[in-house]
Amino acid sequence: MSEKELGKKLDRCLADSAVKLGAGLGLGIVFSVVFFKRHTWPVAFGLGMGLGMAYTNCQNDLRAPYLIQRNIKVIAKRQ
Amino acid sequence: MLRVCLKGANSAARKCLCGNGVPLHPLQQCRSYTSGGSGSSAGKIVAASVLTVGGGVGGTILYANWDPKFRANVEKSIPYSDQVFGLALGPAAPPPVINKPRKVEPVQISSMSEMWKDSKQPKAKEVEKKAEQPDAEGPPAPAPQETLEEASAQVAQILSAIGEVPSVPAPGTHEAEAVPPPAALKGVPAAAAKCTECEHEPAVKERPEGEVAARLAEQDKAEQDLLTSLSSNLEDALGSTAKVTLQAIGAQEAALQAIAQHTRQLREAMEAEAPPDKKSTQWRVLEDALSERSRSVDEAGAAVLKAKAELDKLRGVIDGAKHLKIAAARPSILAAEENLHSMVVDLDSVVTRVQTAQSEAKIVSQYSELVNEAKAQFQKELNSITPEIQANWKGLTGKLTQDDLNSLIAHAHRRIDQMNRELAEQRVREQIHIDSALEQQKLEDKKALEVAVSTALEHNREQMRLEQEKKVEETREVMEAEMRTQLRRQAAAHTDHLRDVLKVQEQELRSEAEEILNSSLMEKETEYRRLTQDQLDSFTLDMNAAYARLKGMEEAIDSHVIAEEEARKAHQLWLSVEALNYTLKTAALNDPTEPLEGAVQAIKESCAEDEFAQALATALPSESLSRGVYSEASLRARFYAIRQLARRVALIDETRNSLYQYFLSYLQAMLLFEKAQEAPPAKLSAEDLDTFKLLSYAAYSLEHGDLELAAKLVNQLKGESRRVAQDWLKEARLTLETKQVVSLLSAYANAVGLGTTMAP
Repeated sequence: MSEKELGKKLDRCLADSAVKLGAGLGLGIVFSVVFFKRHTWPVAFGLGMGLGMAYTNCQNDLRAPYLIQRNIKVIAKRQ
Repeated sequence: MLRVCLKGANSAARKCLCGNGVPLHPLQQCRSYTSGGSGSSAGKIVAASVLTVGGGVGGTILYANWDPKFRANVEKSIPYSDQVFGLALGPAAPPPVINKPRKVEPVQISSMSEMWKDSKQPKAKEVEKKAEQPDAEGPPAPAPQETLEEASAQVAQILSAIGEVPSVPAPGTHEAEAVPPPAALKGVPAAAAKCTECEHEPAVKERPEGEVAARLAEQDKAEQDLLTSLSSNLEDALGSTAKVTLQAIGAQEAALQAIAQHTRQLREAMEAEAPPDKKSTQWRVLEDALSERSRSVDEAGAAVLKAKAELDKLRGVIDGAKHLKIAAARPSILAAEENLHSMVVDLDSVVTRVQTAQSEAKIVSQYSELVNEAKAQFQKELNSITPEIQANWKGLTGKLTQDDLNSLIAHAHRRIDQMNRELAEQRVREQIHIDSALEQQKLEDKKALEVAVSTALEHNREQMRLEQEKKVEETREVMEAEMRTQLRRQAAAHTDHLRDVLKVQEQELRSEAEEILNSSLMEKETEYRRLTQDQLDSFTLDMNAAYARLKGMEEAIDSHVIAEEEARKAHQLWLSVEALNYTLKTAALNDPTEPLEGAVQAIKESCAEDEFAQALATALPSESLSRGVYSEASLRARFYAIRQLARRVALIDETRNSLYQYFLSYLQAMLLFEKAQEAPPAKLSAEDLDTFKLLSYAAYSLEHGDLELAAKLVNQLKGESRRVAQDWLKEARLTLETKQVVSLLSAYANAVGLGTTMAP
């Protein structure tokens, strides 16, 4: 159903953001510990990158129906 | 102005800043100074600008007051300036109207002349001629013009009078010729009265034709009488004058003769040396001749006086005739005048001749007197010397003595001496005498010349006047003749025109009569045809009606059979449609109905021949056949979830679909409150296409069972809301379609059933 699509997208968003944040955090910690002498900023940087990626992914996912494709053939996958 | 202000402020500020250093405090001071300085200069600038603007406006108003074109331009270009101008100057003057130079005078004159002519037209002809006559004696040039004008007016009258009384103009033209001569023979008071009538022309009405003719005849007669009387008068006067003048001339001639004879005789008597008795007879004869001469001279004088009186009388009569102003009498008047003139001339010449003769006679008589005087003197002397001797001394030569003879001779010698002396004296005084005589003669000659010149001048003048009159008379006759010919031509043209008009009229009338005949004939024909056609039509109608009824009966019987067949089929159809309807009702709350395939198949079988039902059966969407459709209730329930979601994504569309927009949209949905259900208007306007409004309209329509309207409203959603509601919309469409088709089918089945049940 089309009304359930948004919910699904948002779920995906959340999941994705959780993953990205986590990954960002992780990488940030790693880099902070390994390369940058336990400064805080790589963590923040990583978190930020993760958040940003999650944000962008979410946005793209939500925008996907509005993108104009070059090929006219539209394959709509329904669940 | 703003720039000036700014410049002023800037310059002031710069001055202040440049003047001071960097520190803040002085800057603050400076700032206050600049504000103060700039305030005063600004005030000045403001005042100056106000003055400039006021001056400009005032100048514009003044110039507009002076130049209306400028005012019009400004009013056109600046919107409310006309009101300002109206307040300040009053309304604008309208553009000056250029009056064309009106040619009043010639128009009026021509119109007056026209009026005069036109007003003269309805008058009787004698009045026209009367108007003609008073002008006849004036300068000859206007007279022919006016006669022509009158002729043209008359002609116009003739032409215009065609439609009224055609018979009148013809005699009128002929009468016109006779009218002028008699017209003028009325007496002077009549003429004066007619003249005043002429002046009051416009007031007089047209007289009837009969009266005109009578009056004309009357006037003709009167004029004729007058003419005859006048001519007789003239003749009488002429005759008497001629007689008297001839008498006078005869008397003058006789006097001349007598004078001549007397003079001759006197001379003879003077010069001849006849014997005494013959002398006495001669003297007696002379005396007789003298008395004769004096008598005849007296007679001649008296005759001349009488003749002059007669001539004056004749002149008076001629003047009287001239005053009467009759054209035909003019030649006789002219002849009389000529006669008069010739008589006067003759009389004058005769009188001058008599006068010369008389002067000659005077000379001769003077001479004779002188001679007589000398003789008497001599006789006296002789008597004084010889008193005895008688008169007849020629026969006494024998009686005379020597002494007497000597004394006679001495006396004679003395006399001769005396004579010689006198002669010498005379010779001396000759020149003086001659001069004085010449002078006298000159004076007398001058007097005589003057008299002769004046008489000759008089005669010449008279002659010229007579010639002039004659010429005038001739021209008048010529003009009259011409006018007569023109009138005759006009009359001929008029008769021709009449003929033509009558011909044309005849033709017109004939064609009219023919037309009328033809039209009535055609009418009758068409009437006859119509009647026959009607009969035919009615018969055909009856036949057709009978045939149609027969046909109808046959068809009714056939249709009965068909109708029963139809009824059976319809019943079957209806049953199958009912089955379909029943399947539609098997929808559970959130599940679709059973697939409609079976029922549709049954329908298709039941109505194999019915195309409409077949079409409808195939018109069902395949989804409903295979899967079934949702019920309204489930759709309604689903709608609320959709609504919630649609509200949440109301702001999202192609342009706005970032995550931030999503956040904003959610915020909007939380903060915005709309009615749960709102009745949709009959027409959707632009502001009704808002998502929230549409959703509330759709909710209302759903609550009231109008799925179709709800679907339509949901269809108006845009952007993400639309995408969210897409599935619901599709389901709603399916349901609606199926329902429509099924309702159509049931309606059709019902109709067919109704139709068939009506048959028996």
